[in-house]
Amino acid sequence: MRDDSPIGGFILTALFVSVVAVGGVNAVLPELHRQVVDINHWLTDKQFADMFAIANASPGPNMLIITLIGWSLGGFYGAIVSTLALCTPTCALTYLVAQAWEKFKDAPWRIAVQAGLVPMTVGLIAASAYLLARAADHSMMAYAMTAATAGISYFTRINPLWAMAAAAALGHAGLV
Amino acid sequence: MKDGGRGNDFRFRKARAHAPHPTALERKPGGFIISKMSDSTVETLEQTSVPTLPEIFLGFLGIALSGFGGVMPWAQRMLVEKKKWLTPEKFAEDVALAQFLPGPNIVNLSIVVGSRWRGALGSLVACIGLIGAPVALMMILGALYARYGDAAWLSGPLAGLSASAAGLVIAMAAKLAAPLFRGKRIMAISFAILSFIAVGFLRVPLYWVLFVFGPLSVAAFWWRLR
Repeated sequence: MRDDSPIGGFILTALFVSVVAVGGVNAVLPELHRQVVDINHWLTDKQFADMFAIANASPGPNMLIITLIGWSLGGFYGAIVSTLALCTPTCALTYLVAQAWEKFKDAPWRIAVQAGLVPMTVGLIAASAYLLARAADHSMMAYAMTAATAGISYFTRINPLWAMAAAAALGHAGLV
Repeated sequence: MKDGGRGNDFRFRKARAHAPHPTALERKPGGFIISKMSDSTVETLEQTSVPTLPEIFLGFLGIALSGFGGVMPWAQRMLVEKKKWLTPEKFAEDVALAQFLPGPNIVNLSIVVGSRWRGALGSLVACIGLIGAPVALMMILGALYARYGDAAWLSGPLAGLSASAAGLVIAMAAKLAAPLFRGKRIMAISFAILSFIAVGFLRVPLYWVLFVFGPLSVAAFWWRLR
């Protein structure tokens, strides 16, 4: 018999991960893996990798790997409570900051902060695009899929879902 | 009746959304960049509209359900390009705010825009629209996975999907960068390139970049705008 149910511990992990996740899920994935697999042995390495794949392949925020782990550790309520732990505190904080942010809309300091942060965001998103492409592209076909999706999305009004569906089909056929 | 009421509310909201900008212009007649930025806001605000609660819900539901391998590019497509609820500039500003706060960026973005459009209820509706369906789907997939215990067959499609999703993020970065280059905003371009190199090539931890470059960048703009 375990001394405590894993879901309780995992909820704390979800809270922690949520609060330190500045800049998105990719920033905290190694920490999540460390907590869930290495330290607490809630999941095996393969289970974690599988869940990461499922969360990535299904629509919605990739951060919902938390929901998936919560489900496997605590069933329905485990999934719900883990998701709430992931979202509620940071949503509340964001709401409060957004209110204040809106109130100081015309304050010179806010205009400076905004002007300073936007270029960094552009750089960070470009960096994550580069890192994602480097992680995903190991073949000529993969490079071609990346380039084609980027081109379709930037230059045309065609829905990029078509490119993604084609890429997934090619991957399924073992061509990527 | 109900519809009429909502329509009035809509116009009222819109009028209020307009109001602060002329005053901002009057108050800051000297600041070149400020007045230039405000000009573009005023000009583009004319084309944007404030969505109703059901529209917010459906909009974010659509973003969530399209978001394979990453959601942010789909938010840009839906909010800026399809619905025109946000200008490209406003979108970049809101993403910047969402990125600097802890938690999933896209969830933060839903809170930020939802609260601006319809207050607390707007935030709640946007957030539920964004994560409700994916959470339900995750639970179904979790149950399937618990039963069959293998996702190895996903690796093929996922390899294709990841390659394609990377392309979407590249396009999104290009769309966000385009206004900086069009406006020849040298300082902004420099900070964008610096943070790109730091995170993309030098692999400096993200929080380092956020909390060291961030204040530096803000200070530089503060000095420039003063």
